[in-house]
Amino acid sequence: MKMTGAQILWECLEREGVEHVFGYPGGAILPAYDALKHSRIHHILSRHEQGATHMADGYARATGRVGVAIATSGPGATNMVTGIATAMMDSSPIVCITGQVGSRLIGSDAFQETDITGVTLPITKHNALVTRAGELARTIREAFYVARSGRPGPVLVDVTKDAQQASCEFDWDAARPQLPGYRPDLSPAKAEYARALELLTRAKRPVILAGQGVLASGAMREVRELAERAQIPVALTLLGLGALPASHPLHLGMMGMHGEAWVNHAIQNADLLVALGMRFDDRVTGDKECYATRAKKIHVEIDPAEINKNVKVDVALVGDLGEVLRELLPRVEAGDRSEWLKWIEQHQGDSAVHDIQAMVDNGHLYAAHVIHDLWFETRASNTVVVTDVGQHQMWEAQYYKHEHPRSLITSGGLGTMGFALPAAIGAKVARPEAEVWVVVGDGGFQMTMAELATMMQERLKINVAIINNGYLGMVRQWQEFFYERNYQSTPLLSPDFARLAEAYGIRSMTVTERGDVVPAVRAAREHAGPVVIDFRVEQEDSVYPMVAAGAPLDEMIRRPSPLVETAADD
Amino acid sequence: MTEGAMLNTFVVYVENKPGVLTRVASLFRRRAFNIDSLTVGRTEKPEVSRMTITVEADPDQARRIEANLYKLVNVLLVDNITRDPAIVRDLAMIKVTAKQDVRPHVLELVNVFRARVVDVGPESLIIEITGAEDKIDGLVEVLRPYGVVEMVRTGIVAMRRGKRPVAAAQSNGILEDAEDENIAQSA
Repeated sequence: MKMTGAQILWECLEREGVEHVFGYPGGAILPAYDALKHSRIHHILSRHEQGATHMADGYARATGRVGVAIATSGPGATNMVTGIATAMMDSSPIVCITGQVGSRLIGSDAFQETDITGVTLPITKHNALVTRAGELARTIREAFYVARSGRPGPVLVDVTKDAQQASCEFDWDAARPQLPGYRPDLSPAKAEYARALELLTRAKRPVILAGQGVLASGAMREVRELAERAQIPVALTLLGLGALPASHPLHLGMMGMHGEAWVNHAIQNADLLVALGMRFDDRVTGDKECYATRAKKIHVEIDPAEINKNVKVDVALVGDLGEVLRELLPRVEAGDRSEWLKWIEQHQGDSAVHDIQAMVDNGHLYAAHVIHDLWFETRASNTVVVTDVGQHQMWEAQYYKHEHPRSLITSGGLGTMGFALPAAIGAKVARPEAEVWVVVGDGGFQMTMAELATMMQERLKINVAIINNGYLGMVRQWQEFFYERNYQSTPLLSPDFARLAEAYGIRSMTVTERGDVVPAVRAAREHAGPVVIDFRVEQEDSVYPMVAAGAPLDEMIRRPSPLVETAADD
Repeated sequence: MTEGAMLNTFVVYVENKPGVLTRVASLFRRRAFNIDSLTVGRTEKPEVSRMTITVEADPDQARRIEANLYKLVNVLLVDNITRDPAIVRDLAMIKVTAKQDVRPHVLELVNVFRARVVDVGPESLIIEITGAEDKIDGLVEVLRPYGVVEMVRTGIVAMRRGKRPVAAAQSNGILEDAEDENIAQSA
């Protein structure tokens, strides 16, 4: 059948199972937009291409399915760069389609021409420039295949205007991917399993480190089974939260820079680390020279390039986590690690006194209170929390107890401020039945708050909790700790967020006292439409515990106890 | 440079497509691996190009370089031949000042090194030499007193000794017929 490139594009997306795309039209992608009227695919108009890319990313993270963003050439494409880099760092499967100037104009510095495949080369898993309609179907199929297989990641397809306009024969079957060099399906050698089992059997103080790979592989059940059978406690990375229910007895909590103190102590005192789908990021290890020096290390990881990259390991099992664990589990011996678990529990008790939740109400509203109450109110429902980057993100990770995989969506590796609102839009589009909460700082919210209009235009019921402390809080905290409280360029003027929301037709509230948190959360949940709540929290509170960048993992700055007065008060 | 670092030689087969050289070069830059030499050229198959890359790395870095190269979708095969018997060659053209009075001396050196003269001018010669890098370095060193006007080197190319083309290249079919198996999954 003869079709135009633009028609082929949508036809291929439909056949790949795409129902929604997030985008922003422009000159070089107009032929594609023109052909959209014949497609079943629903297009969601963002207010900025960065937003569209984060939406696709949020869509992917909420479901595991490939998210799709579309934009025009030049500025449309370059605006996607931050979103693509975010997806790359967090292994999120998205496909970005960009328009490009006509093939004969390429290289002439034509209007809105940017070499976007060149620009995105180091921040995509793969990318391609399509200059002929006949190449389009195969390239799109390859893009989806590469994005979702192996270690997932973003793929960009740049399509010239003439390739969209030209007609050619469309044959789906003939356009099968041809990627002879692409081998995502590795599996470990038998001998490696034996060595891993030996270490598991011998370990007296083991800790499982569970990362996002658990979610990507869908290996929650296998990880739980391993933990339960061998009685190994489970520490989680930020992106791994939800891989094991927070209420599970073997769930320790988050590790790393702002991880729980007892988790970091457990890791530093372990004699075996079982790393499952995580990559020993510097925010997780602290000083690598002092990292878990007494522990043997088993690394189960789908990407061979991660092995021995950050931390040297003793056994590497390269392959899909679920597959590897299914092979391993039948041979794992039941273990008794009660002594070790008791040791950890003692540290846990010690930490409770540092917990802000245990502190008396001194009339101040703390972000931790907001997160705690939000968790308590929404814990029984199918909730997805989408956070931005900074202090509120860490408080969310500490105080919101995630029971389900994909119930937290956050930018971990790149730490992209402005991520939360657009990513939440993507998540809500992907999972309309889920209750979606944005937890965002006053700084990050102002980066992409234009997407409130997208949310309204699509009539999406999303609740936005702004943790408003009047500062770029995490930067301020670093200035407090490491730059002698020189609060250079961190005090932040914001609009009245409640009135701003009203201008968009969004219901809004402002909360300044602890006692008003729960009623506000309840009112937001009961309201049929979207709600923005401006929580005016303690301005100079800090996230504890904290491992300073490059410090050993068990050297933590702890919350001054019993409390609470912060820098502002002295 | 870390402990155990040495010059590694990789033979890399890639798809002969636009931009692949950039992807490979960009990878080394991004991961902060310093390329000593990179050559690229055609192979016996028109759709496949072959690179020879030398890079300073310890054994663990070398393994990660290989793993990272494989992450590039257009890379078909990576073979680290550092520790295996292989023929390694560099080609250089050296333009050297050689007036009548010293010319016999220069020609003598050319003979000793089994190089050859490919152009003769009134006051200079162009010498072509093929060989391992240290042999070429040796010739350049002895020619320097006469005045090296200009020099160009290709960077090294390498090939395993014996019948086997590249380790595993045939057994896994990458160079034979690059088809199907990993494609079926996506259908």
